[in-house]
Amino acid sequence: MSEVLLETLLATPFVSRIGVQVEQKGTELTGVLPFQDTLVGNPLIPALHGGAVGAFLEVVASASLLVSQPMARLPRPIDVAIDYLRPARAQDVYARAIVARSGRRVANVRVEAWQGRTEAPVATLHGHFLITPKGADDES
Amino acid sequence: MDEEDPEEFQKRLDTLAPLVVDGAPYAVSLGFKILEMTRNRAVMTTPYSEDLVGDPEAGTLHGGVVTALLDHCCGMAAFGGLGARHTPATLDLRIDYMRPAKPGCDITAEAQCLKSHGLVAFVRATAHDGDPDDPVAIAQAAFMISGASKAAHKRAYEAFKAAES
Repeated sequence: MSEVLLETLLATPFVSRIGVQVEQKGTELTGVLPFQDTLVGNPLIPALHGGAVGAFLEVVASASLLVSQPMARLPRPIDVAIDYLRPARAQDVYARAIVARSGRRVANVRVEAWQGRTEAPVATLHGHFLITPKGADDES
Repeated sequence: MDEEDPEEFQKRLDTLAPLVVDGAPYAVSLGFKILEMTRNRAVMTTPYSEDLVGDPEAGTLHGGVVTALLDHCCGMAAFGGLGARHTPATLDLRIDYMRPAKPGCDITAEAQCLKSHGLVAFVRATAHDGDPDDPVAIAQAAFMISGASKAAHKRAYEAFKAAES
């Protein structure tokens, strides 16, 4: 658990600007992206911007890595693959991550985002993140 | 639709493309601008802003800003590639983050629609902070004109016609 880094992550200008919040129960974390007009990508539908949903999924992946074990630094994305499954409506979005593998340097994370029903995800992310677990990387 | 006069097509693209950016509140809030727009190619930029920082110590932009710019720029290339009538939705977006963007530098994304047919377009893009040969990220994406987008376009068009008459 890296409580301080999680707070740092949520307080970074970009993350606080899009308004990401987390609900945390032990090492389990749910991200919330409360709806705001500025997150809309297509006002005609209206649907949230793919970049807003994508950024939210990246933040939830980082936050989940931070609660999974003590870290010395914020995780940095190496690559992400985002699948958009349905239009994200003008409502709050939720997301939860599974850390598939967390090594000494790289973690493999999957995140799923939904709105009304968890069975109807709006987007999924699969990505690799560069991590610095506390103690594992003291030389650098 | 493909036999359309190239000049007419470019004219329509020049009219519609800025609307697809300025009409998207998220793109406006991050300061996205179109630099270049032709049938299969889009170049867009977002200015560096302290509001968009993801690493306060280093002052580098959050990866999510690059994600959003690449998504929108790829979408614009797909929009042109698919005939510039409906705004396509992202099917998938894969990004490799090569390095953090330099603090204080604007980000530019260049996207090329490699292939489009019917409702689907395939796009490749690069994002850089000054030197196109030293990218901060590369992306590959697929887009589709969704039923929701077509229906929304129809509603908007009918509302426009009704307002006109």
